[in-house]
Amino acid sequence: MGPPGDGGETVGTTAARAPRSRSRRFRRALRSGGPRLVRFVLLPVVLIALWEASFRLGLLNPVFLPSPSRILAAAQQLVLTGELFRNIADSLQRIAIANLVAICTAVPLGFFMGLYRPFEEMMDGLVNLIRPIPPLAWIPLAILWFGLGEKSVVFITLISAFFAILLNTIAGVRSVDKSLIRAALSLGATRRVLITKVVLPATLPSLFTGFRIALGVSWMSIVAAELIASSSGLGFMINYYRELLRSDLILVGMLSIGIIGFAMDRGLQWLERRLLPWRVALVL
Amino acid sequence: MGIKVNIANVSKTYGDEDDGDFVLALDSVSMTVEDGEFVSLLGPSGCGKSTLLYIVAGFEQPTRGRVYVSGRPVAGPGADRGIVFQDYALFPWMTVLDNVAFGLKLRGMTARQCQEIAREHVALVDLTGFENRFPHQLSGGMRQRCALARSVANNPEVLLMDEPLAAIDALTRNTLQEEILKVCDARAGRARKSVIYVTHSIEEAVFLSDRIVVMTPRPGRILEVIPVPFQRPRTDATRLAPEFQQLAGHIWGTIKSYVRSREGALS
Repeated sequence: MGPPGDGGETVGTTAARAPRSRSRRFRRALRSGGPRLVRFVLLPVVLIALWEASFRLGLLNPVFLPSPSRILAAAQQLVLTGELFRNIADSLQRIAIANLVAICTAVPLGFFMGLYRPFEEMMDGLVNLIRPIPPLAWIPLAILWFGLGEKSVVFITLISAFFAILLNTIAGVRSVDKSLIRAALSLGATRRVLITKVVLPATLPSLFTGFRIALGVSWMSIVAAELIASSSGLGFMINYYRELLRSDLILVGMLSIGIIGFAMDRGLQWLERRLLPWRVALVL
Repeated sequence: MGIKVNIANVSKTYGDEDDGDFVLALDSVSMTVEDGEFVSLLGPSGCGKSTLLYIVAGFEQPTRGRVYVSGRPVAGPGADRGIVFQDYALFPWMTVLDNVAFGLKLRGMTARQCQEIAREHVALVDLTGFENRFPHQLSGGMRQRCALARSVANNPEVLLMDEPLAAIDALTRNTLQEEILKVCDARAGRARKSVIYVTHSIEEAVFLSDRIVVMTPRPGRILEVIPVPFQRPRTDATRLAPEFQQLAGHIWGTIKSYVRSREGALS
């Protein structure tokens, strides 16, 4: 067994042994799953190829499921008219506002609930009553309160992000290692020092987890909200082309969400590694 | 030599007296630690030795009795009692140097004084060159040396250690025992530290201590107090001396005969 991730490099291969060693190298690469990038794109590429092939063979009805090449052409059209980026920008802006507001409210609230037991007990009933209500169930009320448009969509997105961040903040504050608190107290920490210098940094990894989950659920609720309460954004775009029976354009919208969501999550992971290099200690 | 720590008639109970989960963790324990003395609390798990240490640290309140450090009653945790845990409890987001300087900064020292004292203690535990590493980049032994430096740098009245070497591998443990003695020893401008050291290793207690307090479980009581006469500095030669083995054997015998008599009484 070669070490994992080993690209199969063999030192000192003679020319005569080259073919054999190449096949061995290939087998070894296959066993370890090949280089990361190959492993990463292999399945999507194969699926797209099969998809395109079955379309060419006439096995798929283009109205229900258009071919990849057709989707690509549709994407090109949406990019050229600027429609795709306009809608992406609208959705992103709403997500940014909603998450910013959610962070500014849920993080302090979560801190207080995590730190002060009586306050947490006071809030607990209310939070747990509202939390199980799906953000989408708020849509009718949101439209009544804010009307169709921007505010309603942001409100729905905010609700979903808020609880993700709140719960992770509370859990983070609660799970701060008791030994760290005791060590700090025995080094002369006052309550204020304890909170700012120990509890806060110790909670940061949980906060990041909360942000990542919040971004994920933001996309879920914003699309639903835009389907109903908006005249722009990716959710609106998807619904608009449903009425026109343009499954290719619908899929462009869906795939855009997938790609952006994926990129944002990776971006946050990267940021976390940069900002909290010591986090490795907790993963181990 | 004055009395540094006075544990006066301390009892600790958990649960209600009439309840099934009532536990008498400590039963009227009294003992003292002299200035500069190294005292070990030795006993099997459940004998209340860690509970007693945490009461001295101020993490837990005694049900009855009082603890005095330098004549002042203990009301809660404080910088006059430094603690070293089994799991190191280093701040993972701080470098070695920042960990060691944590307590110093809280005492209102200038940044330069903090740096100076912190570096001196990093050097004292042989971590020079690792000042800017994070705890997760260090081995278990190095982490515990860092935690030791953090506590000692703060110059507490008494140093409390809760099985600090229990998670360290046996080969490193002997080295660290000598390190602990070195760090607690008198240095320029600093008197020898008073230490309360919790362990369940007889060898470790004999090697480190001036006095060993043997405790027994259910209820937690002091069985015997044993003075350790060996000279300092203690080295590998100390471990090999016949007197060392004799004393360790005597302590083991004491504990074993107690357990036997207990079992006899129960059956």
